[in-house]
Amino acid sequence: MSQTLERPTGAVDPSATGGRGDKSKAERRLGWYLAGPAFVVMLLVTAYPIVQAVYDSLFDYRLTDPENSSFVGLGNYGVILTDSVWWIAFGVTAFITVVTVAVELVLGFGLALVMLQALRGLRPVLRTVILIPYAVITVVSAFAWQFAFSVDSGFVNSWFSWVPGVAADTDWFGTQGASLFVICLAEIWKTTPFISLLLLAGLAQVPDVLQEAAKVDGATWWQRLRKVTLPNMKAAIMVAVLFRTLDAFRVFDSVFVMTAGANNTETVSFLAYRQTIERVEIGLGSAVSVLLFLSVVLISALFIKGFKVDLSQARGE
Amino acid sequence: MSTREKVGWGVGGLVIIVYCLFPVAWIVSLSFKSSDDIANGQFLPTVFSSENYQQILVGDAAGLFLPALVNSFGICLIATAISCLLSMFAAYAIARLDFPGKRIILSTALAVAIFPVISIVTPLFNLWRQIGLYNTWPGLIIPYLSLTLPISIWTLSAFFREIPWEMEQAAQVDGATPWQAFRKVIVPLAAPGVFTTAIIAFFLAWNDFVYGISLTSTEAARPVPAALGLFSGASQFESPNGPIAAAAVIVTIPVIVLVLLFQRRIVAGLTNGAVKG
Repeated sequence: MSQTLERPTGAVDPSATGGRGDKSKAERRLGWYLAGPAFVVMLLVTAYPIVQAVYDSLFDYRLTDPENSSFVGLGNYGVILTDSVWWIAFGVTAFITVVTVAVELVLGFGLALVMLQALRGLRPVLRTVILIPYAVITVVSAFAWQFAFSVDSGFVNSWFSWVPGVAADTDWFGTQGASLFVICLAEIWKTTPFISLLLLAGLAQVPDVLQEAAKVDGATWWQRLRKVTLPNMKAAIMVAVLFRTLDAFRVFDSVFVMTAGANNTETVSFLAYRQTIERVEIGLGSAVSVLLFLSVVLISALFIKGFKVDLSQARGE
Repeated sequence: MSTREKVGWGVGGLVIIVYCLFPVAWIVSLSFKSSDDIANGQFLPTVFSSENYQQILVGDAAGLFLPALVNSFGICLIATAISCLLSMFAAYAIARLDFPGKRIILSTALAVAIFPVISIVTPLFNLWRQIGLYNTWPGLIIPYLSLTLPISIWTLSAFFREIPWEMEQAAQVDGATPWQAFRKVIVPLAAPGVFTTAIIAFFLAWNDFVYGISLTSTEAARPVPAALGLFSGASQFESPNGPIAAAAVIVTIPVIVLVLLFQRRIVAGLTNGAVKG
């Protein structure tokens, strides 16, 4: 496909200015021909559904009873926002997001430091094992953690029986706190490696000369970390935090597998799923989906405006 | 580095290895426990048993698991192939051409990547039922593109930007035909990036649970993660944990093999697309 193209260096004969305009027009057209299909597909699979969801959310519409569908305006939103079910789901989602992202950032930074310093022989081994949690299916990871903690097939209760409050019959999925603890643990295990890889890439960009200079000036390891390393990789950290926050806010798989929303562990995604797929309340479910979408937009706006996350770096420009 | 520091970082490395492998080792160990042994409260089985694997591969649960495995492979491979093809053209345009759509396309890819999947599922569930795509392969392949396409465009544009495209001209100056220059110079340079992109896109599709569980109802299209989530045991008196563990091990094998073979490329692909100085 490329043999017919000129490299767009702009090295055109300066006298042929008219031709140059044609060329850039042709290039623009070719650009859209090539990139257009991917662009259209992306819009079709996301923009269309969200517009449809906004429309559906204005109706009192149940799939099993389509005749009695009626326009209710923002009624569904009123129902949801005044219901404690929504606010509990929102709180649980926010809790999981804040806890997992905070722990993952610290832990991921630790992993990145170890990988950076590891002996040459160990490096490929570390790079391989760190990808395993990333590549393991979320559902599989959720089952592994659930089975480890469960009363009938786990080992955690017998291994940790010396910890006060843990006994052979401790039911980790019987209370909100304990369930959320295991859910967070599973999420942290699975996604920390990804954060640590992003941070490692950021760490590698901190110039060695700066580190050496600080060392010569007598800075301790801790001082160098705080004054040299962290400020120089701020952009990488913010991008990693933004992506993980948005990812964590969609948490669904682990909750579905471990508790199915029991004991007030329902998240916003799970609430939308339960309303739409299980109860076939298309109107209410769509409204929850739209609210979730708006939350994600709000979080992104907050990061980009508030923390000045430079996404052009994320785009590799 | 002093010897003490070396030992310290070495110990840190060992901690990482244990951290990453422990839950995987546990699910493998669990999958070899017989149904009498599953509640033994220990990490390892008392006696190794292949009972669970028999149940999901030839026994009662085979009818549920094997079609799901076929569905997962088929749907994920097709979705990966389509998104690779589309993103190859898009990434080429982004890396080599100067056109104003570049920023829009990359920003859209970014927005689609962070889009909450459940917000897409709700309207699709309704629409797919009306137009007959519910519980079919295409009914999953299409939404899977929302997972695989953005990351493919991103990763591949980052790879294509690094390709020394001038070499194509150089080859032509040396007497190669345009087709030879493309085949002998550009294809070998671009292939590793395309390949890595395909692996990462495949991981994302393979990991899907929300679409799989919402847009399918039988083994006609249900992928493995959804089948796992819904599996409740051969009978209601039997714990399903053993067979689930065995099925979990089987679906983990393909991704572990990919990681073992291509770890260096996968890391480059993941970080190239996301952070770049």
